[in-house]
Amino acid sequence: MRKSCLLLSQGMKYTMKIEDENYVLEYEENTGRISIQGSLRLNGLDEYAPLLDVLVNCMQQSDAMFVDLSALEFLNSSGIAMFSKFIIQARSKENFSLELNGSSQIPWQSKSIKNLQRLFPALVVTFH
Amino acid sequence: MNEQVITIGEMVKLDNLLDEGEYLQLGFQPSSMPLKERWRNNGLSADFMADYVTTFFPKHEDDPGSSARQMEIKSAVSYIANELLENGMKYTLEHTRERISISLLLEADRIIINATNAVDSAQSQAYQAFAEQIVSGDPMDLYMQALEASATGEGTSSGLGFLTMLNDYNAQISWSFYHTEEPRAVIATTQVRVPI
Repeated sequence: MRKSCLLLSQGMKYTMKIEDENYVLEYEENTGRISIQGSLRLNGLDEYAPLLDVLVNCMQQSDAMFVDLSALEFLNSSGIAMFSKFIIQARSKENFSLELNGSSQIPWQSKSIKNLQRLFPALVVTFH
Repeated sequence: MNEQVITIGEMVKLDNLLDEGEYLQLGFQPSSMPLKERWRNNGLSADFMADYVTTFFPKHEDDPGSSARQMEIKSAVSYIANELLENGMKYTLEHTRERISISLLLEADRIIINATNAVDSAQSQAYQAFAEQIVSGDPMDLYMQALEASATGEGTSSGLGFLTMLNDYNAQISWSFYHTEEPRAVIATTQVRVPI
C-alpha cells in the first residue's frame, strides 16, 4: 500500500493530504474544510488512525468544521466506526459546529450519514 | 466427525436452488497469501459481484427509477460482499484446508449471499453468542449501541457491519456452524438475504 502524508504550502493556504491508491483526504487548515474522496476499505480502526487524527486535530483547532464526503463512494464498517468515534468526540465540544456534506447520488451516504446524525442531533447534514 | 449443525436465524438451503437461476461463487485459500496483501482483493471481489448483478437490472432511459434501483442494488451487494469478505479474511483459521468462499444467488425477489470460512472453535462460541444477540435484538437499538461503543474501542466493526446490513439494506441475516474433521475448526456460514 502506497501512502503519503504531505504538508504543502500553497501561498498562504496550508493543506494536509493523506492518500493511497483508493482514497484521498485533504485538509485545508485555514478554512477548516476536509474532503475525503474515493473508497475507504481500511482494515480496522488501527489503519484508520491517521485519518481520525486529522479529523480530531481539525476539530480541536477550530469552532466550525466542514467535512465533504460527496465524492466518497464507499465506506466499510470500520470507516463508519471511525466517523462515529469522531462525531462522539465532536458532540462533547462546546459551541462547536460540524457540517457533513454528502451526495444523494451515492446510496450508502443518505443512510449512514443520517444514522450518524442520531448520535449528534446538532450535526448539520447537507446533500446535493 | 460431529455432524451437528447449529443454525441461528432462518437459513435458506441453497442446495436445491443452485440448479436454476444465476449463481456466482468465488473461493480463496487462506494460506496462499498474507492477509495484508490479500486485503485489497476484498474490494475488487465485492465490486465485481456488484457489477455482475447490475447486468440483471438494466437502466432504461425512459424510466429514471431503473437507474436509481440499479444503483441501490449495486451499493447493497458491494457493501455486503465487502463486509463478509473482510470478516472471512480476518477471522479465518490460517492453517486450514478449508477455503474462504462467497457466493451470490439471484432470485426473482431477492439476492442471497452466503459466505463461509473456518474459525477456531473457541472463537466460534463467541461468534454464536453474538449472532444470537443480533437475531433477537432490535436492529436500530443495537446499531446505535455499536456506534457508541466504537468511541470507547469496545465492540467490533464486524458487528457494526452486520447491523448496517439489517438497518440500511433491509437485509435478513442467519448463520450456521458445524465442526469439521480438522481439530478445533468450525465452519461458519453467514447468509445475507436482500430483498430486490
